[in-house]
Order: sequence, then structure tokens, then C-alpha cells
Amino acid sequence: MAEKLLNWDEVLIGGTIKDPGNSKQYETGSWRVERPVWNPDTCIQCMFCWVYCPDSAIKVDENGKMAGIDYTFCKGCGICVEQCPSKPKSLKMILESQAKGKTEEELRKEVFSSEK
Amino acid sequence: MALLNELAKKKEGLVSGHRLCPGCTHSVITRQVFAAADTDKYDIVVAAATGCFEVSSGLYPYTSWNVPWIHTAFENAASTISGVEAMYKVWKRKGKTNKDVRFIALASDGGTYDIGFQALSGAIERGHQFLYICNDNNAYQNTGNQRSSATPFGGSTTTSPNGKIKFGKEQPRKDIVSIIEGHHLPYVAQASPSNWRDLMNKVKKALDVNGPTYLNIIEPCTTGWGFPPHMAIDIAQLAVDTCVWPLYEVTNGKIVINYKPKKKLPVTEYLKPQKRFAHLFKKGNEYLIEEFQRQVDNHWEWLLKREECGIEYGTTKE
Repeated sequence: MAEKLLNWDEVLIGGTIKDPGNSKQYETGSWRVERPVWNPDTCIQCMFCWVYCPDSAIKVDENGKMAGIDYTFCKGCGICVEQCPSKPKSLKMILESQAKGKTEEELRKEVFSSEK
Repeated sequence: MALLNELAKKKEGLVSGHRLCPGCTHSVITRQVFAAADTDKYDIVVAAATGCFEVSSGLYPYTSWNVPWIHTAFENAASTISGVEAMYKVWKRKGKTNKDVRFIALASDGGTYDIGFQALSGAIERGHQFLYICNDNNAYQNTGNQRSSATPFGGSTTTSPNGKIKFGKEQPRKDIVSIIEGHHLPYVAQASPSNWRDLMNKVKKALDVNGPTYLNIIEPCTTGWGFPPHMAIDIAQLAVDTCVWPLYEVTNGKIVINYKPKKKLPVTEYLKPQKRFAHLFKKGNEYLIEEFQRQVDNHWEWLLKREECGIEYGTTKE
């Protein structure tokens, strides 16, 4: 959230917002009930998760490859998991309560250990 | 068309932090539009009519847009963008700028089929250079799922509810693409976010046309249509595979169907996962599904026949 509201004399004419893309300060990750967990070992880098993600929450590295999930914005809709074409799926949904207090690496091991 | 890896490196036109429902495809469509646009070559200006997307991406003091973006009222996205385009032309003539700018008007079905129709028709008739994108979510979802002229036959909404006497919306949906086509504009197309490559090709083509262009895109709405959020893209794909939402483009009057499903699925596949059609599956309502199927088949047949004819404007004279 914005730290403080603008004063009347600070508001621009027409309610113009002068910094583009400042909604990044508003974190939608807290909406999540379920979260996707990514397994880089089976990922085939098709980038379908990126093209179908409604919240631009798929991290991309400088080579244009999938580099993880941005949990500050991911709303947990599950589209990425549904559209993941690799076999077995490289993305899986787990409950947020299950993920509490665990690091990404621990979760990855826990969720994908049965497949190896 | 570049690979997705190439596109993923581009700067996003729409950033995260917007407050659309989880699983909403409005942002999926817009992200695909920006991925398709050749932003190295030209800049983009967007005008958005009131609707779900406008209220959730432009909540003061936040904006999710990385491009110049204008909020307009429900009815005048097309008029606003024509004004911007006209001003830009004058600036160019006076030498105030030499930038290449492309214009996009974004609206949902309420702001296109019903309320914004007059402005859209006028702007197309005047021949401004802009791309009008209609994210069709089949009802006024922003205000809580009221019936619009894009709501399909049998669809239950809060203003056309199903009950003991009525079965939801009684009228078939408006064929907006044909109506827009009647303006004889250079390029009209229908697309779906599930077929991203097709959508991106269409956006690219439309942005390069010198004149008004129109894109009608299906936008599955998880809350209004009543399906779990993770199914959004699947529903769009089902709409394409059942021919409820055929993917085609009309260039100077010549129609090309971009995707013909290998096996055309029955409409029940599309209707079944959606709560708004649940009442069609009740006993005694079989005739409604038959009617739905008949309407879809008729439209599909008509499109196929038209493609077979292959007539273009200006070629019929000889």
C-alpha cells in the first residue's frame, strides 16, 4: 500500500499518475490460497506458463528462460499448472498452509520427491 | 513469429499488481498483445473503456500500465483514441514529433457491443488508424454479471436468470464481427488467448494496417461463467474446439478460417464446466442444448461456405 495519501495540492490535474507501472508496489501475493511449486529438473522451458500467467508472476532470466515464480504477485490461480505440458508436470499446486515456514528448496523436494 | 523465449525478454507493457480476480484472462490477453507488438519499432498508446480491466488496472494512485494509458467512460473508448490519433497526426504535420505511434482501444463486450457501439462505428467510419480490441466476457462482469448482447443463448445472468419459467437469455448473441465487417474496414479478426500464436499474429497484422482494425477476443470469466480459476485457458480452448468461438480473420472482405478443429466437439463439452449453463442439463431442457448446437453449427457452416467463396472487395467487378 501507498505509505501516505497525496495532499490535494499534490494530485495532478486529471488524476494523472506519473510513474508507469507503480502497481508493483501493491503486492497481490497475499491473496493466494494455493501456490505453484516449480521443478527445474523436468521443466522443458516451453514458456507456456509465462505466456498464460495473468499476473506476470513467472520470473524470466536474461536468456528468456523460466527462472522461478514470483510469490509476491502470484495469486495462485493455477493456470500455469494446468497448462504445463511436460510429463510429469514441472509445476504443482500445494496449499499455502502446507508451505508455511519452508524454503522453496525444501518444498520442491517434498512435492517432487515421489517422482524420481 | 519469434519464440516465446525471445518474447519473454521484452519489457512488459502490463506489470503485475493489478487487482483482477485470480485466473482472469484479461491480463493474459493484454500481455500477449504487448508481446506481439513490435515495441522497438513503434510506441503504443492505449485508451481503455470502463470495465473489469480498466477498474482493476488503474486503481488510483496505482497503474499497472507501462505505456501511456487513458481512462475513458464506458461509451467512448473509440472516440478518445480517435482524438488522440488526430492530435498525433497534427503534431507530426507540424513537426513536433517524428515518433511512430500505434493506437489501441481496449474495451469489454459491454463497452463494445452495447454502450460503446456508436463511438466505435463512428471511429471506424472516419477511418482513424487504431486497433480496437474487445475482450468479450459475455456479460457486464464488472458490475456483477448482468446480461449484455454478447451473452450467449441460454446463459444465466443476474438480469436473465433461469428459473421455473425462463431458461436464461432467450436471444442468441450478436454477431459483432459481421457488424463491424459491414463497415468495410481493412482487417477484422476473432481470436482466443488459448491460441497465443494465432492471437499474436493477428495483433501484429492489425497494428501494421493503415486504418481501423478490430479484434474480438474471448475472455473466459471465472466468477461470471462459474468455473474454477485454473480452467480459464481450457475453457477458451474448448470454445475454439467446439466452434462456439471460431478463429478467423477477414482481410478486405476475404475470410480465412485460421483454425479448423480436427474433430469438432459437441457444444456440451463447452457448456458442461460452466455454472451459467448448468440449468441446460436439467431434465426437460434437452431442446435448449439442441438449439444451442444448431446455432453454433449454422454459424460455422456459414463461415466455411464464405471461406469457400473467397470473394474480396474490388475483385467482383470484372
